[in-house]
Amino acid sequence: MATEGGHGAQTSGEYIAHHLQNLQVCRVDDAWAWNHCAGNPMAINVDSMFFSVLLGLLFVWIFRGAAKKASSDKPGKMQAFVEIVISFIDSSVKDTFHGKSRLIAPLALTIFVWVFLMNLMDLIPVDWLPMIGGLAGVPYLKVVPTTDVNITFGMSIAVFVLILFYTIKTKGIGGFIAELTLHPIAPPTKGAGLIAAPFIIAFNFILESVALLAKPLSLSLRLFGNMFAGELIFILIALLGVYQLPLHFGWAVFHILIVTLQAFIFMMLTVVYLTLASEEH
Amino acid sequence: MDINMTLIGQSIAMLVFVWFCMKFIWPPIMNAIEERQTEIANGLAAAERGQQSLDKAKAEAAEIVDDARKQATTILDQAHARANEIVADGKANGVKERERQIAAARSEVEQETNRAREELRGQVSAIAVASAEKILRREIDSKAHEDILSRLAAEL
Repeated sequence: MATEGGHGAQTSGEYIAHHLQNLQVCRVDDAWAWNHCAGNPMAINVDSMFFSVLLGLLFVWIFRGAAKKASSDKPGKMQAFVEIVISFIDSSVKDTFHGKSRLIAPLALTIFVWVFLMNLMDLIPVDWLPMIGGLAGVPYLKVVPTTDVNITFGMSIAVFVLILFYTIKTKGIGGFIAELTLHPIAPPTKGAGLIAAPFIIAFNFILESVALLAKPLSLSLRLFGNMFAGELIFILIALLGVYQLPLHFGWAVFHILIVTLQAFIFMMLTVVYLTLASEEH
Repeated sequence: MDINMTLIGQSIAMLVFVWFCMKFIWPPIMNAIEERQTEIANGLAAAERGQQSLDKAKAEAAEIVDDARKQATTILDQAHARANEIVADGKANGVKERERQIAAARSEVEQETNRAREELRGQVSAIAVASAEKILRREIDSKAHEDILSRLAAEL
């Protein structure tokens, strides 16, 4: 127990706060400042970025290795595993998205495996890596990137950009604007009702903008909320001393489900949003 | 919990990873999978064709065996018929031969009989003549009655 043993005077509140603090870096007065960046919009969460890129590279390394050696007649065990994942993603995407796109299936694969790997960091006991980091002189270390709202938001913003891109690609800019303004109430086009048209268009625009913006927001907050809550419960369990062992095990087993499910939901919703964006009405 | 530049960093990282996946990971593996699918489909089709040709060959073999059996039966039938014919021929020949032999024997017997009869007739007439001579030696000249005696002998 790093809490009671190692740090002596640390209270439970401090322990939790310490675990939820990112390792941050920012420019202050033309110098790199570490961990004094609260509220600075130019700061970077080094630990989140490090682990997310590391896990992204792990994904790329595993799958690229399998792809380079991919053969149709003698698949290795790694290739078989990678193929299982890919066929699973491919069938999930094909069930939803019926158009032809070179991007959506690889996007779904990347999201699923990457988010899965990032969520999976949650299963590493909460003190291990921060303790090693502490010994190496790193004061804060938040291991699970998806418990950082910046990470989930970053991903959902990338998805949002793709949603806008696909909407404009299939419907044109005019179609995109029409979708935002002529729904759900069609404004009158002639007669006395013409006076009301600007109000209806404004109403539609507000409604549809919220609906559009809610997509990336809900996508990121769902993943963040689930993982953050899961991580917090792991931290709380870690405060219990020796009783944490059975509890930790139980919660970890349950968390395996959440880890996979959240990765799958994030992927599936991305595919659904992009399907809606690229569908002709 | 603050929103900061990590957001942009993560977005860029994600787009890069997605691009890499789209370019270098998805296509080769998908190709391998699809290639294998076609190979499996082809293999199954080939197996199907093999099975079909095997069935065909089996049917042909059965047909050939059937033909051979039929031919054998025909040949056997023909042989039987021929044998029967030969036996019948033999029988007919035998009967003919027997009849011929019987006829020959009969004619021989007849000839023998006739000869014996002639002989007997001659002897009888000779005896008759001899007895008549003996009788007539006492009463008549045999020379004078010879014509009557020979006529008598002819009538016998």
